[in-house]
Amino acid sequence: MTNPEAAQSTSSAADDVVVAVRDVHYAVDGRPIFAGVDLRVRRGRITAIMGPSGTGKTTLLKLITAQIQADRGQVQVFGKDLGRLGGSEIYAVRKRMGMLFQNGALLTDLSVFENVAFPVREHTDLPETLLRMLVLAKLQAVGLRGAADLMPSELSGGMARRVALARAIVMDPEILIYDEPFVGLDPISLGVILRLIKQMNTALGITSIVVSHDVHELATIADDSYLLSDGRVVAGGSPQELAQSDRPEVHQFMTGSAEGPVRFHYPAGDYTAQLLALEER
Amino acid sequence: MSNGKHGAFLLEGVRKFGSSAIFLFQLLLQCIPALGRPRLVVAQIYNAGARSLIIIMLAGLFVGMVLGLQGFTLLQRFGSEEALGSAAAIGLLKELGPVMTALLFAGRAGTALTSEIGLMRATDQLVAMEIMAVDPLRYVAAPRFIGGVVAMPLLAAIFNLVGLFGAQLVGVQLMGVDKGAFWSQMQGSVELHDVNEGIVKSLVFGVACSLIAVNEGYHAAPTAAGVGLATTRTVVASSVLTLLLDYVLTAAFL
Repeated sequence: MTNPEAAQSTSSAADDVVVAVRDVHYAVDGRPIFAGVDLRVRRGRITAIMGPSGTGKTTLLKLITAQIQADRGQVQVFGKDLGRLGGSEIYAVRKRMGMLFQNGALLTDLSVFENVAFPVREHTDLPETLLRMLVLAKLQAVGLRGAADLMPSELSGGMARRVALARAIVMDPEILIYDEPFVGLDPISLGVILRLIKQMNTALGITSIVVSHDVHELATIADDSYLLSDGRVVAGGSPQELAQSDRPEVHQFMTGSAEGPVRFHYPAGDYTAQLLALEER
Repeated sequence: MSNGKHGAFLLEGVRKFGSSAIFLFQLLLQCIPALGRPRLVVAQIYNAGARSLIIIMLAGLFVGMVLGLQGFTLLQRFGSEEALGSAAAIGLLKELGPVMTALLFAGRAGTALTSEIGLMRATDQLVAMEIMAVDPLRYVAAPRFIGGVVAMPLLAAIFNLVGLFGAQLVGVQLMGVDKGAFWSQMQGSVELHDVNEGIVKSLVFGVACSLIAVNEGYHAAPTAAGVGLATTRTVVASSVLTLLLDYVLTAAFL
């Protein structure tokens, strides 16, 4: 006999999970990137996905946004298995998502205003006045209403990322995905982006997935975090839990040490032997 | 080359042809909704067409002038300089106009299309569109393809017009061919059939060159070297295909 209360709590926990990655395997040209990745992203929370460079963090985002398909395993977004969806269904899922690219990925032939207006013009028939109000409100939220008429080439890196953020939230997405949002930013821009991510989450209730290797920045905003290494999730929990972990690979990453299971050197033969061989030539 | 290499080369060729055919099919499907966005299409006709005008007119003028000079010296040997008008007109309408325009188009507009789309790919703009649930084939590729296909015959017509003016300039004004004979011979010998051949050729070249340019850009490796390589391939493939198709079409029209 099943316990109705327990069943109810399981189902509400399932509703709570917006993105579920289950035992995902993925390889490029026979080289495995993922060998059984498992993780969950819960509604209304900021989930950080961390890991050393080259561990496939961006690849994981491509799986979640259905740009690529897993070789094995399942990626579920809003309860839908992405592997089973057709083109138009994938677009329907994507309409509920926003993504902030590392370089902003603004459309270079459109002004800042038109960039933010782009998804609205493509997906709705909003009257021009309403559209202007909406776009200006989003630009105001990222502090760039005054830059509405600039072209993307006239923006600094931090500004471009904020415009891209305004564009990502203009359709009021349920999930917002950030790909390395802190890379190459000066301390002020970094602080601004950090605050905006938190704000989007608390004020608009947007579920956020932040992929980054900036441990300290993430620790200040993330609710949950996962650490990827060697194609697997090696640790999960709050950033504080990860920081206190005594597992060597987690400890090495969180403290930024060159010594540990993650090697600094790319695999190579003996250095002295190679030098001697050169001398003998 | 060993048999294995021959086989791999052949397979690669077939694969490339097949993927281009699939891409053309997907592109044509997206052209229907893209036609509903006249603003985007007009902008691309302007990009591929109006922006190529100067090079097309300059080339047309010089090709016409050379045609006038060569035609005159050749026809003079047979004492039939008056036929220069019809020789120049038929040469331009059937061959030189469409072919030269296509070659210049590949160099001017084709490369611009490939590098623009390739850079959009390299800077994640195409992926960003996909994530925003906007099909880049419909928004980026289809309007540029239509723009190229519409621009090519118009550019060829302008090339012919300026070319005839150049031939007339040298033949009549410089070499002294009778003006009346020049134009009346042309009027008498050029038939609608000749004009149609030129139009069909430039339409076919328009489809081929635009498809190659858009396809190469869309599938360029997202790096500086990748975009450069794709741009080179656009020029080479467009030029070779134009000349090959020219032979096929000329044979078909005989």
